[in-house]
Amino acid sequence: MAKVPVQFTLNGSEKAEFIDSGTTLLNALRDKIGDTSPKGGCHQGTCGACSVIIDGELRLSCLTLAETCNGAMITTTSGLAEGGVLHPLQRAFLDTFATQCGFCTPGMIMAAKVLLDHTPNPSREDVVEALSGNICRCTGYEPIIQAVLAAARANSQNAA
Amino acid sequence: MELRKNYFADVRKDGLHEIGQPRPRSDSPGHVTGKTAFFADRNFPGMLHLKMVRSPHHHARIRSIDTSEAEKHPGVVKVLTAKDVPHNLYTILILIQIGPEDETVLADGKVRWRGEAVVAVLAETERAAQEAAAKVKVDYEVLPAVFDMEEALKPGAPIVNEYHGQNYYLYDSGACRKVRFGDVEAGFAQADHVLEQSYQSSPIEHAPTETTGCVVAPEGNDRFTCHTNTQAMFFTLDNTSIILQMPGSKLHFVGGTVGGGFGGKVDVIVEPIAILGAKLTGRPVCFVYSREEEMQISSPRAAEKVVIKDGIMMDGRIVARKVTGYTDAGAYSRHSPYGAQKGAGHYPGPYTIPNVWIDTYCVYTNRTPSSAMRGFGVTIGDFALEVQMDKLARLIGMDPLEFRFINAYRDGDMKAHRQPTEGAALIECMQEASRAANWPVAEKYMAMSSYKNGA
Repeated sequence: MAKVPVQFTLNGSEKAEFIDSGTTLLNALRDKIGDTSPKGGCHQGTCGACSVIIDGELRLSCLTLAETCNGAMITTTSGLAEGGVLHPLQRAFLDTFATQCGFCTPGMIMAAKVLLDHTPNPSREDVVEALSGNICRCTGYEPIIQAVLAAARANSQNAA
Repeated sequence: MELRKNYFADVRKDGLHEIGQPRPRSDSPGHVTGKTAFFADRNFPGMLHLKMVRSPHHHARIRSIDTSEAEKHPGVVKVLTAKDVPHNLYTILILIQIGPEDETVLADGKVRWRGEAVVAVLAETERAAQEAAAKVKVDYEVLPAVFDMEEALKPGAPIVNEYHGQNYYLYDSGACRKVRFGDVEAGFAQADHVLEQSYQSSPIEHAPTETTGCVVAPEGNDRFTCHTNTQAMFFTLDNTSIILQMPGSKLHFVGGTVGGGFGGKVDVIVEPIAILGAKLTGRPVCFVYSREEEMQISSPRAAEKVVIKDGIMMDGRIVARKVTGYTDAGAYSRHSPYGAQKGAGHYPGPYTIPNVWIDTYCVYTNRTPSSAMRGFGVTIGDFALEVQMDKLARLIGMDPLEFRFINAYRDGDMKAHRQPTEGAALIECMQEASRAANWPVAEKYMAMSSYKNGA
């Protein structure tokens, strides 16, 4: 199978790999680069566990071909904490008990981050809409919604 | 959270330092940083991918299996059939002496449900394994199948599973689990009203976000490390040891983090064949269900049918209850004989009834084997019982909550299984529920206590 070169920035560091043409970004990140924070739940774009941020937009890495990401800026949950300090969203997920099994958590945090980047003071409806592509099967949506709202409040207090 | 210390004050231990205190979960920091290691986060150089060839028929005799084309497919390393599995016939609960062994790891001679594993293909890539699996030729002679529990119990129905000999699990109590207490027919004769109703449920898939799977790495010295998302580590270890005829000391299981399970990851399905693949190839093996397999192949909550007949008095007392429960095990036992047995224990409900008669059957059909799921065996039963309770209350024009106060079991009451009730708190729970739901009941019920001789 033809190998193609792909080069992008992942969580601030340069990555360059030769991959099989047709490899999903999810598989490239997990199997080639070793960032296993995006999870493969359905591999068909319905569960949101593999969500990452590409050039500021929320994307499903299981439906994104790695070779289309040349030159892109990619963020995953493993790159959110800076200098050992948790991102406000990560802190809020911890504090509001918004994780159970943890499998959907990285995707949830990515979806929430894109929301807060675009809408710093979201309504509850905004949060529900933003998380609507991410499935949690431990029935934990309410604490997750509370976590995102708490992170937004913490951000606005910091800004004030 | 408010702790009401006036309840059960005589048995309360106060001065506890942990109970009632919020504590952070130890695994949350890993979850929010994406560092928690799920089984599929282990990647070993040279890892093979396992794909299963599955039965397209509900019930069929296997005339022949031809794997020659699959073996020639580029990237294929090994193809496994029933003859490669050291102890191919197993059943999970054999570890607690509940037999007979009735299920094959890879189908041998017959398939009994659509989706049953027949041939395992190990290849360099997932895609090669998938393509090669499609090249395995299995010649089937399709047999009559039965999908309905009552049909399966009729004389002359196709026999689903020969290891049982009949389409129901044979308990030491006979064709069903039984509870007998008092004289149920005398109870019905005495009753002001008798109500018989049927309830039934569909199978329900757990649909965990992380699909079922494992990653196995050979460690040398014929020892294997299996990273798995099983919910039943030691069941899996011990059953794998039996199936592969290997001492447990050769098997190192690593688990702990399960990406959603809900009982769906309790069966021992992926680990034995993946370890066998690693043993026979000397290479790491990954066997993980696709989402489609998870939804179609993994064992769901059993379909159940419950027939409840109650006799009640105009004053609200239930004087007789007769229940017949049917649990659809699908083609193999897995945990269903246990689920049906739990139902037998549960159908009296949390109520004191002087005359009880219960039969619960674990029935085999040519459907996907059912197994554990969140209170399996009692959850559907509770739904049926509580709907029945509402109907009974309506029948005598009584408030449904007050009707439950009249029948609630209290300390010292004899349960239908001849175990005296201890530590009941149902009265107190219903009193709190009455307040919380703003559903008032008469003062005499608010004055009741689970202590019969108490307030």
